Amino acid sequence: MKERLSREVIAMRVARELFDGAVVNLGIGIPTLVSNFIPEGKTIIFQSENGVLGFGQVVDQEGFSEKADIDFINAGGQYITPLPGMCFFNLAESFAMIRGGHIDVAILGAIEVSEKGDLANWMIPSRKVGGIGGGMDLAFNAKKVIVATEHTTKDGKPKIVKRCRAPLTAPKCVGLIVTDIAVVEVTKCGLVLKEFAPGWQVQEIQALTEPKLHVAKNLKEMEL
Amino acid sequence: MTNKIYESFEESVADVFIGATIMVGTFVGPGGFPYFLVKALTKQGAKNLTIIAVTSGNIGSTLFFDDIGVLFKQKQVRKIITTFPISISPSRPTEAEKQILAGGVELELVPLGTLAERIRAGGAGIPAFYTPTGAGTIAEKGKEKRRFGGRGYLLEHALKADYAFIRAYKADKLGNLIYRGTQRHINPVMAQAAEVTVAEVDEIAETGELDPENIHTPGIFVKRIIKVKEDQGFPRHLERNFMRA
Repeated sequence: MKERLSREVIAMRVARELFDGAVVNLGIGIPTLVSNFIPEGKTIIFQSENGVLGFGQVVDQEGFSEKADIDFINAGGQYITPLPGMCFFNLAESFAMIRGGHIDVAILGAIEVSEKGDLANWMIPSRKVGGIGGGMDLAFNAKKVIVATEHTTKDGKPKIVKRCRAPLTAPKCVGLIVTDIAVVEVTKCGLVLKEFAPGWQVQEIQALTEPKLHVAKNLKEMEL
Repeated sequence: MTNKIYESFEESVADVFIGATIMVGTFVGPGGFPYFLVKALTKQGAKNLTIIAVTSGNIGSTLFFDDIGVLFKQKQVRKIITTFPISISPSRPTEAEKQILAGGVELELVPLGTLAERIRAGGAGIPAFYTPTGAGTIAEKGKEKRRFGGRGYLLEHALKADYAFIRAYKADKLGNLIYRGTQRHINPVMAQAAEVTVAEVDEIAETGELDPENIHTPGIFVKRIIKVKEDQGFPRHLERNFMRA
C-alpha cells in the first residue's frame, strides 16, 4: 500500500487555498482541522452555523477544564476559544449570512462527489435516515465549496464518482477536491488533476477515481 | 400587568395539551437547551406532540445529559420537524431514529437554514418564502418550484407553535431576554413564533436593570419566565466534558 496523506496534511493543503480576510465555514471532520493550519500573516474569519463569527481555535486537552464552556461551541459541538472582535447572533441571522452569499469559502466533507461537482454528504443510503444540518445551505450558497476528504471509502471504493448514489446535498457546487492523494479541480470540461501526493503516479490516482481525470498542464507534487 | 414569573417548572408547563406543537431550543450540547422545562414536560406527560427542534437529541455518544431525546424515550412525540434526527455514530442510533424507522414517529427533515427561516417567518407574519437551498435534491419533493434570475427556488412554508420552550441567560420581569455566547442559537427565533413562549433563565433582573441597547428578545414575545435555582445545578455545574476535545 502506498502512503497516503494524513487528515492533518489534507487540512494543511486546504488551508493554503484561503485568502487573507476570507469568511470561512468549516464542516465536521477533516474540515474542522483546517483552523489549525492558517498560514502566518493571513487572517481568516471563521463562521459557524450555530451563530458565532470570528472565534479562535478549538479548545484542546491542555487547559480543557478551565476553558471549556457550554455556551462557547461551534456547530460540531466543540468548545471554541474567544478572540477579540468575535460576535454572536441567532440562527436566522446566521443563515442570512450563508444564504445571502456572505460566506467566501465552505469547506465540507463528502460521502461522494461527482464529476460535475455534485456533492453528497448527508446520508449513507443504507442508513435510511440522515441529518442535513447546515451543510445543504452552505453547499448551495457559499461562494466557493472545497471538499476535504479521503480519496476512497474504507473499503477502497472511489468517492469521486460519475454520478452520486447517495442523495445530493447540492448539485454542481464543488469547486475543488483535496484528498489524501490528489488535488482535483472541478471545471466545465470535467475533473482536472492538478496535484498529486508524494510518490503517486497519475494512473494510480486515476485507478481510484471513477470518472476520467484530465491532467493539468502544470501538474505538480502537492506543496504544503 | 400579568405576572410572568413562575415559581415551579411543573406549573409553567402544566397546560400543555395532548397533540400540542412545541418548539424546543436545541443545538448540540446543553448550551441554550431548556433542560428543566423539558424535564417537567416528561413528568407532565402530554403525548402525541409535534416537536420542532434543531436535533432530536442524543447526537453523540459522549453527551452526558438528558437532552430532548427524553421526550422520545417517554413516547410523547408523534412528529418531529428537525434537521438532525440521527446520531453521529450509526452503531448508536438515537431513540428518535429508531421510532422513525419503526413508523411510530413521523419525520419532517429540513435543511437547518430553511428550518430557522421557516420559524422566523412564522413569528414575523410571513406565510411562505422561496429559498434556493434544496432545489434539485430530494428536499424539493412535493414543493412548488420557481425560477428567479435563472436560479431555481423552492417555496417553503412558515412554522408556528403552541409553545416555545427556550433557554436564556438573563431576563427582566417584563420578559426581555439576554443570551450568553452560542446559547443564543435558535432560541430568539423560536421565542417569536409561538403562542406561549416559556423562558428558562439563570437570572431574573428588576425591570430597568437590563441595558435596553442590548436586549436580544424583546419582552412581548415571552409569556412565562422561570429561574433555574442555584441548587438545581444546571448548567454551570453539569459534567463539562459533554463533548471531548
